Amino acid sequence: MIGLYSPGDSPLHRLPAGVKLALLVAAIVAMTVFVRGPLGVGGLVLVIVCLFALARISWRVALAQLRPVLWMTLIIGAFQLLTTSPTRAVVVCGVLLASVALAALVTVTTRVTDMLDALTRALGPLRRVGVDPERVGLLLALAIRCVPLLAQIVHDVAEARRARGVSWSATALVTPVLVRALRTADAMGEALAARGVDDD
Amino acid sequence: MSEIVLDAVGHRFGERTVLREIDLRITERRVGLIGANGSGKSTLARMLNGLLTPTSGTVTVDGIDAARKGAQVRRKVGFVFTDPDTQIVMPTVAEDLAFSLRRSGLGKPEIAARVARMLDRFGLSAHADHPAHLLSGGQKQLLAIGSALIREPEVIIADEPTTLLDLRNARRVSAALAALDQQVIVVTHQLALLDGFDRVVVLDNGSVAYDGPPAEAVDAYRRLVA
Repeated sequence: MIGLYSPGDSPLHRLPAGVKLALLVAAIVAMTVFVRGPLGVGGLVLVIVCLFALARISWRVALAQLRPVLWMTLIIGAFQLLTTSPTRAVVVCGVLLASVALAALVTVTTRVTDMLDALTRALGPLRRVGVDPERVGLLLALAIRCVPLLAQIVHDVAEARRARGVSWSATALVTPVLVRALRTADAMGEALAARGVDDD
Repeated sequence: MSEIVLDAVGHRFGERTVLREIDLRITERRVGLIGANGSGKSTLARMLNGLLTPTSGTVTVDGIDAARKGAQVRRKVGFVFTDPDTQIVMPTVAEDLAFSLRRSGLGKPEIAARVARMLDRFGLSAHADHPAHLLSGGQKQLLAIGSALIREPEVIIADEPTTLLDLRNARRVSAALAALDQQVIVVTHQLALLDGFDRVVVLDNGSVAYDGPPAEAVDAYRRLVA
């Protein structure tokens, strides 16, 4: 969701965000319940390839979505091989990768704004118990925004540490990262106020 | 032009006095605020749209008290920060512009039209769906100006808007600020940014050290720091 939206006009891009999220949940539940063997996993791969093609997402972008979970999948697969059976390992890893791929498909075909609007609407009934859906949406938007921001802070601090020739130490990394993160949070709060976020 | 009035404004952070008894009436189209680091420029700027409340005195914009009716003042006065990274909230450029209007009550078509106009105005149309955090420094600052302007304020306050930029990007941002129809108040260390300004206020240790035309103000500032 961190700016991974890939603009387009495919049927998947045009599908409302709420429908896509509901279908994603339903698909993950269905895959977990009904896929029982390698043949089912093969069917899943075929469907997902077709969906990515329908959304006109390039292979490079599609595979980049799976890269972060590959190591974890390999470890889970190895564990399943040792404790259950090769079939079970294929099913578990296949369903896991298929879930991530489908979630990624929703991400690359949906603007974050549309996703937040859908979430805000879905949380609407919770207003009765004091939940402000707009605020929950804003919280999620900020969480998404903070990922690259924090990554940049960690990168800058690590670079500064290397430039000063300081050997690796958790304190030397964590302390300045924490201080800069808190300062950034202050500045973001100020910027949000300036943009009228809390003005209603 | 809006009338911004500071009446005996003072501010303290704990034991430290940052501003002392400032009296100003700002009605000019282009106003600069200069002074050494720690002179109180940024604190003063933040009071002009209610981001900070003075510990003594009052700030009013067209008669509206910024401390008591901050929301109303912020609709009139937009703010551009030094570091645009902290001002960007949404992942893509177009979404970030639209974010400023999320609670404006405007319909989606009007929001889309305003976003398109801002993208076009600041040469960001080709980047509309790109990740905002991957823009260049200059483009990010233009986006920050756009995200303030899209609310159609009457005044724009920019706190050292070119400090983090290279010369080319600083020129782009300066040109963008110069072209605004709005009243503009700029806090800066880059004195070239003040060319063509109507008035420049020099702050020193929390007090007004000089207030007048840019050339004389810059001379006064140079004498202060000499």
